[in-house]
Amino acid sequence: MPANRFNAFTDYGIGIGLRVPHYAHILERKPVVDWFEIISENFMVDGGRPLQVLDRILEQYRVVQHGVSMYFGSADRPDRTHLKKLKALVRRTKTPWLSDHLCWGSVDGTYTHDLLPMPYTFSAARRTAEKIRHVRDTLEVPICVENVSSYAEFHVSAMTEWEFLREVVERADCGILLDVNNIYVSAQNHGFDPYAYLEGVPHDRVGQIHVAGHTKFEKYVLDTHDHPVLDPVWKLYAHATRLCGVTATLLEWDDRIPSFDEVHDEALKASAFIGGAREADVPPDKKASAPPVR
Amino acid sequence: MPLGFKPPPRRAPRGLKSDADLRALQRLMLHALVQPLTAADGLQPRWRDGRPMAEVAAEFIKPNGRLTPFERLQIYARCYWFRIIDCAYDDCPGLRAVLGEKKFSALVRAYLTKYPSRSFTLRNLCSRLPRFIREEPRWTAPRTALAHAVARFEWAQTVAFDGEARPVLTADDLADIPPAKLRLALQPYVSLLRLDWPVDDYVLAVKRRNALRGEASHAVDHGPRAASRKRVPRPRRGRVFIVVHRYNERLYYKRVDAAAFKILEKLAAGGTLAQAAGVAGRGVTPEQVHAWFETWMELGWFCRS
Ligand SMILES: [Fe+2]
Repeated sequence: MPANRFNAFTDYGIGIGLRVPHYAHILERKPVVDWFEIISENFMVDGGRPLQVLDRILEQYRVVQHGVSMYFGSADRPDRTHLKKLKALVRRTKTPWLSDHLCWGSVDGTYTHDLLPMPYTFSAARRTAEKIRHVRDTLEVPICVENVSSYAEFHVSAMTEWEFLREVVERADCGILLDVNNIYVSAQNHGFDPYAYLEGVPHDRVGQIHVAGHTKFEKYVLDTHDHPVLDPVWKLYAHATRLCGVTATLLEWDDRIPSFDEVHDEALKASAFIGGAREADVPPDKKASAPPVR
Repeated sequence: MPLGFKPPPRRAPRGLKSDADLRALQRLMLHALVQPLTAADGLQPRWRDGRPMAEVAAEFIKPNGRLTPFERLQIYARCYWFRIIDCAYDDCPGLRAVLGEKKFSALVRAYLTKYPSRSFTLRNLCSRLPRFIREEPRWTAPRTALAHAVARFEWAQTVAFDGEARPVLTADDLADIPPAKLRLALQPYVSLLRLDWPVDDYVLAVKRRNALRGEASHAVDHGPRAASRKRVPRPRRGRVFIVVHRYNERLYYKRVDAAAFKILEKLAAGGTLAQAAGVAGRGVTPEQVHAWFETWMELGWFCRS
């Protein structure tokens, strides 16, 4: 039974990101993995090896798409070519849901290829929610928006990040990809309580969780995805699963990528906490069994 | 101002009431990020209007107990630049070897300052690099022509790697069309390069050397390997005709004769089969042209125009 109406994939289990250095291992050894998350942009190409590899992966595994350049929070309208290519990929992968970030990163058609923080205001929330609805209606697939790590805050912000997240997802009526590492990183950088964040998000909308490693510098923490997950992040994860119920979980490891087995073993550590959540008493209102949106 | 840019607002918006305010704030931050970094990889100390950058940053970014608004903005500026420089670095091993690391870094920074990314994917980041090398030869002098050739070759590899493939033309498709009417198009992923250096051999040698270096740096004993340390000598001038393509989803470079190249060029420019065969010149027999076509058909280079 789904933990909530945005999470019809409770039993998706624990996935890892599909990354180039692991292609040969995966295709030759066919390891058992619950699911792979792909970066949509890497496969929004017109032909060649990326799509050949993807098709072979799709024959054997469940794949969920994760994007990095839709920029729901950008003032720009979604680019038509981008949406067309993304839709073609959605049809190819049959992704059960699609995620991208609650951030901006392009203006007037120039791309930073970064996940830049939002100003937390009502007008920005309204604009962002409109864009999420537009993308969802075009792609015809449920959307989960992911909270990003941030290193700066704007004077114009009128609410906390989690209040902004709630405002956006309720207006868009979409799901959340809750990145507990990003919550931890931002909490360190901005001095808020990460548990207050967890308590503040609408738990009944969390459809997926990300865990990842980060790097501490002298004056700030950077979201680097080049380490195992650190203890405080696992603790947050455990708390998140208690609040949200059993949720599809994914480990992100994007830089200095070790062997496939090392990444997979790290991801599987999450199972200890998922087990805890399974046994935990999730309040009835978080157990609504309505079908997922669309 | 970089191409495609709209000017930033003179002052940061004080509140965010409309979509226009959101766009103004985002334009302001984008302009701050895409300015070239200083020699020490920091944010420029002055804004475009002469005001201290610290003052501009403080207009829209909050400080925290450890970092000023300027420092917080600088984190993003560095992330932006390091990410795109890394990407260009990975895409252009040959150009890096031609210019050396320092000169390559200066070229890439200048290029990305003038031509920031206009695509949702980093795949296209270096698409305009050959053009930029021509436009601003000072970054690559005195090896501008070689740098241009290598940059074209490296971009052609990106195109061959994941460019579009249209349905391949088969002999049956062509059977009933007379050569005077038949037009063939080259697959979009195929590039024809007439170059003044054997850039294919050179880039291959550089990649091999880099791979050896990679192995050496991962080796447990860290023993020096003379072969992996040596620079690959720059290529000697010599005209080559290269077709960059893929076969069974793998990347290939195929050298062809001058006459064969002319035929392919003519077809790519929209000429009929009869016109293309006519440019081969006297020294080429019809049997030779026939044999070439057979190979090209087998490689799947043609699609309907
Ligand atoms: Fe994430």
